[in-house]
Amino acid sequence: MSMTSQTPPSSGGQSLRQWLLSDTPTSRRQARLSALYQGWLALRQNHMAMVGLAILVVLISIALFAPLIAPHDPFVQDLANRLQPLGSEGHLLGTDSLGRDILSRLIYGARITLYIVALVALIAPVVGLLVGTISGYAGGWADVILMRITDIFLAFPRLVLALAFVAALGAGIENAVLAISLTAWPPYARMARAETLTIRSSDYISAIRLQGAGPLRIIIKHIWPLCISSLIVRVTLDMAGIILAAAGLGFLGLGAQPPSPEWGAMISEGRRFILDHWWVATMPGLAIFAVSLAFNLLGDGLRDVLDPKDSAS
Amino acid sequence: MSTLLDIENLWVRFPTRNGIFDAVRGVSFSLGRERLGIVGESGSGKSMTGRAILRLIRHPGIVEADHINLHGENLLAKSERDMRKVRGEQISMVMQDPKFSLNPVMTIGDQLIEAHRLHAKATKAEARKKALEMLEAVSIRDPERVMGAYPHEMSGGMGQRIMIAMMLIPNPEILIADEPTSALDVSVQGQVLSIMDRLVKERGMGLIFISHDLNLVSQFCDRVLIMYAGRIVEVCDANRLHEAQHPYTRGLLGSLPRFDAPRPRLEVLQRDPSWRDAPSVEGRT
Amino acid sequence: MANFATETERRPWLPLPPWARGTLVTLSSIAVTMLGLLFVTFLIGRVMPIDPVLAIVGERATEEQYNAAYRELGLDRSLAVQFFYYVSDVLRGDFGTSLLTAGDVSSDFARLFPATFELATIGILFGCILGVPLGVIAAVRRGSWIDQIARVIALVGYSMPIFWLGLMGLLLFYGILGWVGGPGRQGIFYEDMIPSVTGMILVDSLIAGDWAAFRDAFSHIVLPASLLGYYSLAYISRMTRSFMLEQLSAEYITTARVKGMSEWAVIWSHAFRNIRVQLITVIALSYANLLEGSVLTEIIFAWPGIGSYITTALLSADMNAVLGGTVVVGLVFICLNIFSDLLYKVFDPRSK
Repeated sequence: MSMTSQTPPSSGGQSLRQWLLSDTPTSRRQARLSALYQGWLALRQNHMAMVGLAILVVLISIALFAPLIAPHDPFVQDLANRLQPLGSEGHLLGTDSLGRDILSRLIYGARITLYIVALVALIAPVVGLLVGTISGYAGGWADVILMRITDIFLAFPRLVLALAFVAALGAGIENAVLAISLTAWPPYARMARAETLTIRSSDYISAIRLQGAGPLRIIIKHIWPLCISSLIVRVTLDMAGIILAAAGLGFLGLGAQPPSPEWGAMISEGRRFILDHWWVATMPGLAIFAVSLAFNLLGDGLRDVLDPKDSAS
Repeated sequence: MSTLLDIENLWVRFPTRNGIFDAVRGVSFSLGRERLGIVGESGSGKSMTGRAILRLIRHPGIVEADHINLHGENLLAKSERDMRKVRGEQISMVMQDPKFSLNPVMTIGDQLIEAHRLHAKATKAEARKKALEMLEAVSIRDPERVMGAYPHEMSGGMGQRIMIAMMLIPNPEILIADEPTSALDVSVQGQVLSIMDRLVKERGMGLIFISHDLNLVSQFCDRVLIMYAGRIVEVCDANRLHEAQHPYTRGLLGSLPRFDAPRPRLEVLQRDPSWRDAPSVEGRT
Repeated sequence: MANFATETERRPWLPLPPWARGTLVTLSSIAVTMLGLLFVTFLIGRVMPIDPVLAIVGERATEEQYNAAYRELGLDRSLAVQFFYYVSDVLRGDFGTSLLTAGDVSSDFARLFPATFELATIGILFGCILGVPLGVIAAVRRGSWIDQIARVIALVGYSMPIFWLGLMGLLLFYGILGWVGGPGRQGIFYEDMIPSVTGMILVDSLIAGDWAAFRDAFSHIVLPASLLGYYSLAYISRMTRSFMLEQLSAEYITTARVKGMSEWAVIWSHAFRNIRVQLITVIALSYANLLEGSVLTEIIFAWPGIGSYITTALLSADMNAVLGGTVVVGLVFICLNIFSDLLYKVFDPRSK
């Protein structure tokens, strides 16, 4: 009976959509896919979140297809054509102080932004999750020490600490990513620990422990899945702050080094010409704003769907 | 017995994503200087009826009625400013859980004093004296200490008595009690109820007692209205409840366990969809 | 008899009243956190690829000079000993010497602190005075146009890079409109004309009774302070709205209405009273964030405060200054957190 319903029927009787919306899933896979689909439907009703998602999709496409989309090479200098205004021939967004096309630099800069976002989103939550769940599950001295460390990092001002790190390690995009991740993981550890403590004392955990499950299995198969949803919401909302921090580091010259078209560094380069050639610094800022905004909108939407009690909106 | 409150054709509606939900559908009844019980399950509309009388239901809820007459004056026609005079001074309400219905960061004394000074020009000292009197009237033994204490320091029974004291300070004529004992331990329920009963009798007030507990209401009240799905399905005198006709009431009565008449099985209430559609019974004496 | 023995064993090992024990625990917790902070900055200082000895003696130094400097810096001792000296130095207020100013880092801080303090304080005032009422109104009139505007303000505040917005502000209000003074705390004409009493030019010019100087100082501070204030406003209004929404759906609000209170009295005397303590925490946190924000803002406005000191030091790899700045800002953070925790305990009757 259950065997026949494990694959979605593609013809006859039920459509894919009906299968996904079924009230009585007959396999774990169906239940999971159904939950995902219904969550997606709820998210889709939030127009602002969809705008955010659209912007992010555009960002990813731009980054992926940069060589195909960019009208010029972002590194080629053309000193005869310095500081051309918006709408100049061949340069939709003008050129910077070295004659490089701003639009192309923005497009390639999207790759850098995406790179930073992806790396930090990979490192910080994972580290936080590990520290938090181990701390919460093991308890005792491990808990005390790990939480102390977490508190110390939380007590630091994030940007200033990242600055100090990069200053010590040397400027560069990888060091910037490392520095930002180092200051970004503590909130996830706190969150993961809180969830672990709540789950740890529930009856079903005791039940599977009686069945012989070891701590590793419990943490990985039971605690982590439950932390994931709040983690996802938090990561998405934090992404905006991370992009802003990366841009700040870039602005100070501590991120991707020239001639890399990192958006924050572009603002710094354009700063000298702000009064007469304002577009050089303005365009990269708009790009940063758009991407951060997108993450915020999407994060708000995800929170409404996944953690409705927290949204209070 | 003079009629204090007369309600005709009360409707309470809430617009939701799936259309308009009617919480109260055409309810009519009157209240004199008596204890009127309104019984129903969750979702029957009993709490909404109470709140509608005080015009506490705010946008987007919609309250409509032919009239809600207090001493002949239609409350629905009053401005918000005039309603504020009605609230507290003429009609008051005691809610379910004093843990949540008292302001946690104000002392009890301050809350009582506020209740008095909203409707009477009194100095702080006079208000304080009145508050102490009220606390004694609800059998609180150490009123001075309670005045300076905070709500979270009080037990459930004390909190509810304080609530009653606070609501009776401005001397209203009608008290609406919305599940006043549902959050209390059974041992304390009787005490709180007897205090409420005594005060209502002493002051010649009308009481609307809203509850899901049919037993409690039948013991405590003079008359009972039974609500289901936003309508009144039956009205009867409390001491004649066992003669009730409507199948819903009979079903409720039948599903209560009794020590003196034990049965091998309790009845499970069978709901008839026609109850929902039948017109509301008029609840006037 | 056996029970008696275990009972005495179980008595707390410190024979102090609970409030003293609580304070001791808090103080030791603070000390551990600060120590950890110092440890991290210490490590950062030791991790750098730049050789601190070379930075001092120069590349042409002989081996003897190098070794002498090496020993003088204490680098020949074990890491633990070095850390000990580092901590004792910091506790005495000695952060070392700045490469750029060639002075004590700590005296540099003392000199520059008032500028940052002035900026951040006006910023937070702006944020509070506008942010709290905005949050309250947005909560009370939920879904209305004010609520939407508040939401947009907050979204923009969470998404815009502060240094870019500052740049745009300079462009618009100074470059194009000419409404405010340009970068710097004062116009050239007014520099050094006011005797420095507090170090805060606004205050000092009032003390000296010099209105022209005050107006000039004001025109220079209004833009950066508004910038910081905007971000503070975004955060504070959002949190206020969130807190108020939580309170407005509580039962005691219905009780207040039943008592016959006017709606605004209900909002301010009852709902707002319940969020006062949470707001203090939010404001303290926002103030700490402003100090951080000043790091990126001061450089745009050529504001001679701690923020631009740190950024300039960064660009020249002046590690003593950078680390000193990190420690100072970190300490301020910790103090603000503790301060707001304390206020919470004092003002919330439920925590007693």
